Amino acid sequence: MLVVPARPDVAAKADESRLAAWGKSLRGHPLVGPALALLLLIIVFSFASDRFLTATNVSLVLQQTLVLGMLALGQTLIILTAGVDLALGAITVLATILAAKLAVGGVPEELALLLAVTLAITASTLNGWLVAKVRLPPFIVTLGAFTVLTAVSYLLSGSRSQTIPKGFLTLLGQGVSIGGVFVSWGIPTLLAAYALFAHILGNTAWGKHIYAVGDNPDAARVAGVRVERTLIGVYAVAGLLYGVGAWLSLGRIPSADPNAMANIALQSITAVVLGGTSFFGGRGKVLGTLIGALIVGVLRNGLTLAGIDSLFQDIITGILIVATVSLDQYSRRRST
Amino acid sequence: MRLKFNASSLALVAIAMLSTSAFAADDAVKIGLVTRTDSNPFFVKLREDAQAYAKTAGAEIVAITGKTHDDAAGQVAAIEDLTALGVKGILVTPSDAEALNDAIAKARAAGILVIALDGRVSPDSAVDATFATDNLQAGVLQGQWVRAALGDTAPRVALVDGTRGTVSTRERHDGFLKGFGLQEGAPEIIAQQNISNQAEAQTALENFFQKDPTINAVYTVYEPAAVSAHAVTSALGLAGKVAIGSIDGSCDGIKAVADGQVGATVVQFPGKMAELGVQAIVDYAKTGTKPSGFIDSGAVLVTDKPFEGIASQNSAWGLKNCW
Amino acid sequence: MSREIDMTSSPAIPAGTILAARALTKTYGAVEAMRGADFDLRQGEILAVVGDNGAGKSTLIKSLTGATVPDSGQIYIDGIPVRLTDPTQILGAGIGVVHQDLALSGELDLVSNLFLGREIRKPSFSGRVLRTLDRAAMANVAGEQLARLGLGNVSLTTPVRKLSGGQRQAVAIARGMAFGARVLVLDEPTAALGVRETAVVIDLIRRIRDNGVSVALISHNLPQVLEIADRIHIHRHGRRAAVVAPAETTLREVVGVMTGIDEIAA
Repeated sequence: MLVVPARPDVAAKADESRLAAWGKSLRGHPLVGPALALLLLIIVFSFASDRFLTATNVSLVLQQTLVLGMLALGQTLIILTAGVDLALGAITVLATILAAKLAVGGVPEELALLLAVTLAITASTLNGWLVAKVRLPPFIVTLGAFTVLTAVSYLLSGSRSQTIPKGFLTLLGQGVSIGGVFVSWGIPTLLAAYALFAHILGNTAWGKHIYAVGDNPDAARVAGVRVERTLIGVYAVAGLLYGVGAWLSLGRIPSADPNAMANIALQSITAVVLGGTSFFGGRGKVLGTLIGALIVGVLRNGLTLAGIDSLFQDIITGILIVATVSLDQYSRRRST
Repeated sequence: MRLKFNASSLALVAIAMLSTSAFAADDAVKIGLVTRTDSNPFFVKLREDAQAYAKTAGAEIVAITGKTHDDAAGQVAAIEDLTALGVKGILVTPSDAEALNDAIAKARAAGILVIALDGRVSPDSAVDATFATDNLQAGVLQGQWVRAALGDTAPRVALVDGTRGTVSTRERHDGFLKGFGLQEGAPEIIAQQNISNQAEAQTALENFFQKDPTINAVYTVYEPAAVSAHAVTSALGLAGKVAIGSIDGSCDGIKAVADGQVGATVVQFPGKMAELGVQAIVDYAKTGTKPSGFIDSGAVLVTDKPFEGIASQNSAWGLKNCW
Repeated sequence: MSREIDMTSSPAIPAGTILAARALTKTYGAVEAMRGADFDLRQGEILAVVGDNGAGKSTLIKSLTGATVPDSGQIYIDGIPVRLTDPTQILGAGIGVVHQDLALSGELDLVSNLFLGREIRKPSFSGRVLRTLDRAAMANVAGEQLARLGLGNVSLTTPVRKLSGGQRQAVAIARGMAFGARVLVLDEPTAALGVRETAVVIDLIRRIRDNGVSVALISHNLPQVLEIADRIHIHRHGRRAAVVAPAETTLREVVGVMTGIDEIAA
């Protein structure tokens, strides 16, 4: 007798066909909008250019999306906590410069990479500490870090690109040829990172805490989640991902360029938002970000193959951001 | 804005105090140098050479650098500060063709000789003189060499342009097409994209060759893009089959020519611009004579595959004259 | 009408009192939120806490749950003096709180919300190395817990933001009840609910009391309080003005004490 009343539509649901039920559950699924957008682009571009949907080109788009994909993964974690990271490009560039300088200066490449990754973790952890303990807005903290670290990069590099020889630092750009299609080690590295974080966010206590902290920090605190520690941990882990991003970057272009990645913070936010993650925290999936990053990469590649001016990439990306988020909001309202 | 002005003024006073105390030579000719950004070694080289040359010419440089490549507001403030300081002349590498004109006019009204280095302002008469690379001519040299390198092969051209909307991007682009003998929009042009760093250049080139692997000539606005062009073509097994040209004269770029990665590049001479500029202001201080018009600081084609009828130097010469 | 009016400033703690406070004070700037407030919650009762806006109810409840630290006075759990400085402290003492804003993570499902901060990992390799959570075990416990509260049909896997207001309140109460709570503090649990859902939650509160759990119910709904409470703590001007039994009082009298009009009656 004392039962919380079920919603009236629950009983009716049983009568619906399986297909309709499947469609209904899909409509509310956060990955549907991004996946449809990516699929649509792929269909359009495969009509626009017969070279688009070839194995070689798919491999190419993946190579071109590696660094953005890795950085956007870190950005996703931070946005899930209702933060944002404007410094990720600056951190990654600084890590590439440090690794390249050390390696060229005679430090073993493995050690050079270790130090560069440590630098990335340290810088990002400091951001997290300022956000969690000093309670500064993430936008301000990472804007400051972006400005400082960019300047440090120019100072450290003497404003020059540092070219490095092939070796451990460029390992992720090397790979194998499968049936004439090049697959760099960077591709499995990126996919493994996404698989790992899909597991962490979906199946571990830490993952639940990240969502809880981003969704309602007071509720999380009352429930016994150590909110500050979780926040700092997220920034530290993002820093690790940026360090790996630096390694991927050196694999792709064996040169540490202080002018690189000037726009990647906004691109990574674009990928995260296109992937259906709420910019206000607490809601989203890393798999969505991978799709979002691929949308950015496919647009760039597809429009070039179709012979369309690069400015249209920006126009279409901007429209896609708004359209994807609108679709997502619409489907949410319908499913609630 | 006001805060920025005050901050740069303070910095200027500090620089001025430092330099007067260091040299204690009040009769030294004071020259203001306003560069675009320290994020480009070209401007670093220009400043260093200006300071070195000033020492030998009995002059003193007060250097102010913009915050970014396009920091016109910072350059306006710098020119105003230098005017207030009462320098004899100002050397400025303009980040914008028109935004500095008012500040420059005020400086000239105060009897200061103003010379544009590296880039033009519009109209040319807004400054006393312009010492710069003729970017159009530099583009022409690259275009001539790439066309000659193709021989009898029908051209299939890809263009990697610099930051959209800047004067040098347009002039180099136009010069290349002129030297190559192509019209804008010609069917021989397979692909074109604006880029702002090497990673973007590499991505653009990968997509170009994916679109059309028969591309056999690549124009690049600067040398890191040319190095990427080599990387992309080698990965496709096209190394040596694509004519790659560039412009700039950085030492890394010349090394890429010496290694055979890049076919040819056009060297420009920031040190020469600095030297010409400092000398002109010292002359003006001593004799009152002013330079005028556009003075080309020179552009030299560097390649180890010379062609008859196109003047060039080899990479060994280039390595001695790079920046 | 019989009424226990506190004439002494610090009466002794009666036996069977599970959560108590004596002479709590708290000032925020010029505002005296508590001026010697006392509080007694007995074993297995529903104690309603009523008072006009600004009477200091929230400050009292925050002090009792560790969300704020009083300037002076003493809190007792099972008659033992304690000092509460952190909201997480009371979890260990078996005191559950359901805040008015529910304090749920809307994006997480019911199981994740129930177990937030005290998740169960799989015992296998997957749990030890990959730190995988044991969804099945947690869902089992959650299911039992909900069944005990008569909430068997609430979806365990839907994000709680998609549940109805009554269901969300039930989830919040279930979380407050989880892990062997002996005391449940409910802050305006029906304020945002419709008539039907209110009835459900009221039944739920009774059932909790019948399971031997003490309930402190903060409410503005006086008719409801009179219907459900075993005793009513009336708060006024930062202190306990009276404790009355619903069976021996009327709505008018309670309002009278709350507002001070009826102070010298009886």
